[in-house]
Amino acid sequence: MPQSEMQVPISSNNFVDAEAVIVAKDVQKWYDNGFHVLKGVSMNVYKGEVVVIMGPSGSGKSTFIRTFNALEPYQEGSIEIDGVRIANDLKDIEAVRREVGMVFQQFNLFPHLTVLQNVTLAPIWVRRWPKAKAEEIAMRLLDRVGIAEQAYKFPGQMSGGQQQRVAIARSLAMQPKVMLFDEPTSALDPEMVREVLDVMRNLAKDGMTMVCVTHEVGFAKEVADRVVLMDGGVLVEENTPEEFFNNPREERSQAFLSQIL
Amino acid sequence: MTTVSSRPIERGAPRVQSIGPVAWSRKHLFNSWFNSILTIVLGLTLGAALFNLLSWAFIQANWSVVADNFGNFMSGLYPPESYWRIWSVLGIIMGLSGLTWGLLARNQPQLFSRNVLIGLGAIALFFILWPLTRPHTPYLIGVLVLLAVAAAAGQAIGRKAPGSTKWILAAWLVSYFVDLYLLGGGPFFGRGTLSPSLFYSIIVMLGGGIVAGWQLSQRISIPQIPTWISKIVLFLVGFIVVYQVLWRLPYALGLDVGLKNVSTNSWGGLTLTLLLAISGIALCFPAGVLLALGRRSKLPIVQAFSVAYIELIRGVPLISILFMGQVLIPLFLPEGVRPDRVVRAIIGLTIFSAAYLAENVRAGLQAVPLGQSEAAQSLGLNKPLTTALIVLPQALKTAIPAIVGQFISLFQDTTLLGIVGLVELLGISQNLLASPTYLGDYKEGYVFIAAIYWVFCYAMSYGSRRIESALNTDLR
Repeated sequence: MPQSEMQVPISSNNFVDAEAVIVAKDVQKWYDNGFHVLKGVSMNVYKGEVVVIMGPSGSGKSTFIRTFNALEPYQEGSIEIDGVRIANDLKDIEAVRREVGMVFQQFNLFPHLTVLQNVTLAPIWVRRWPKAKAEEIAMRLLDRVGIAEQAYKFPGQMSGGQQQRVAIARSLAMQPKVMLFDEPTSALDPEMVREVLDVMRNLAKDGMTMVCVTHEVGFAKEVADRVVLMDGGVLVEENTPEEFFNNPREERSQAFLSQIL
Repeated sequence: MTTVSSRPIERGAPRVQSIGPVAWSRKHLFNSWFNSILTIVLGLTLGAALFNLLSWAFIQANWSVVADNFGNFMSGLYPPESYWRIWSVLGIIMGLSGLTWGLLARNQPQLFSRNVLIGLGAIALFFILWPLTRPHTPYLIGVLVLLAVAAAAGQAIGRKAPGSTKWILAAWLVSYFVDLYLLGGGPFFGRGTLSPSLFYSIIVMLGGGIVAGWQLSQRISIPQIPTWISKIVLFLVGFIVVYQVLWRLPYALGLDVGLKNVSTNSWGGLTLTLLLAISGIALCFPAGVLLALGRRSKLPIVQAFSVAYIELIRGVPLISILFMGQVLIPLFLPEGVRPDRVVRAIIGLTIFSAAYLAENVRAGLQAVPLGQSEAAQSLGLNKPLTTALIVLPQALKTAIPAIVGQFISLFQDTTLLGIVGLVELLGISQNLLASPTYLGDYKEGYVFIAAIYWVFCYAMSYGSRRIESALNTDLR
């Protein structure tokens, strides 16, 4: 067996036979100021799997998932998305980004466009769908996240929870193979966290491959197939949610859990 | 427990109280003895100033300098028998403005709201009562009516066919060359004032060539060679053939039609001022946006060029650029290749304003959060699309007040061309006031043109405020 395959990290049992959508091997990254933020992180994400990444702030978890769609370049190691290696000099980086949806902490909706225009923008300009088709699919997605009746509003007129649900619909409109969530509920008022988590829960139920950086323990326990703890730029522990929250292997995990639970 | 306030706390939404003029002035102007004195002193001063101004304007002032030379102020030495051409240009502009207005307001229930009707009526009444415009009054009223009719038509068209909105920009672009041809004249198919006739060469020959080339490259494919090469070749073939035919056909047929040539030396007054300002604004805007994007570009040569251009031009006074255009270029270039003096003036204004505009746009670009372009890129949009669809619209929206400020400066800077010998509105006034007939009528002449400049600048500033509130998507 070649060495690289032996190093493939563990996965929860249901997914060992499924194909890997994300294969990250020994990813190393330094910031421009020389800070070593990722110190060799390896992780696989299989089709249909929900992986929750936890960890204290500054542990590099956001940076790590941002390397998956090349928003952050990395210096060493390799990342393959659906078989395409992400290199810093990749010519057609847009082709990879089309297949990877991302939801941001600050929503980042386009304030000068209506909700419907936010959702149809990329399908029309990138996928080259006719406007009617894009709008039909967008309305179906908005209905799915529960805001179809607000399609003609502007983002500035909506609550944070509604904006984040639009952001999820906007990413889904590109029909991505995997969705990345970068602390999607951290900027929300407490009473709006649930409506966003409900949407994510349904998404997971429908079989979407998801990587979520989040501090929502309830969500991780209920939805995740696998929980990953990062700290100081390394991957500390990978485990099933039951094991991770009830019986963590690593001392560092115990310390982290004792602080957040 | 002590009560701090004797009034009960008011509940519910704050009540809007209507308040009479007496009570209002008591509250705002005479609420203390000091403010009362201040109000009275300032009121008397302002009243005296206003009285002096009005008594000068209606009793002492000798407005004959304006009345006798209204045509001169409006259009300089333009031959009066060709005034109909300027009226046509004004008609085209007002007609298109009306159409644009109607199209943009297609979703509003009432196009002619009470305020708009009062405004239009006031302008019409002004034209009727004002003695200075007497011989031209019917035309001015006609142009106003045209504006209103076009607006109503535009709204009707916009409601029936919302897609027609995107053609209005093309219509403005075409009309610009039509206007230039109307002003300059010359043989329609040949070498005119702005030679060869700009309207025909740019709209008909270039447009026809591009359409023909595009159609050819879309319909025919040559299987042996790569698609993109065959497309380019077919496009060029179609373009050159149609361009040449359109160019030579009129000569072959012996067509010799056209308007009488009016040299740019005869262009002047408000017409020239507006032509310079509109051309300068239309050209410096895209140039400024490109320079701003260039300054933020990661390509080192593009970035260095943009920075060097902006810093060089901002370090030079406008008047020196205009002098260079009007005085130095003719010294170096022979008559045949020298661009027209009006063209040189427009280029000078554009070069100067583009540098300032670039900095205004750059400020707007920097105000767009990084998350916006990250979100666009994560959706698979490439860099040009991200800039064009996401970053630039937001940047320009933020920069509207600064950009319009730059446009207003450019409009006022056209007066510097009066100094270098173009008889625009200020230049014509100086020439008129220098003649012995109007000795001592400086005040009348300058007050008149100051009012004209103010009307146009205020219109721009009002327009910018309307656009800003229309684009404000936060709390609508």
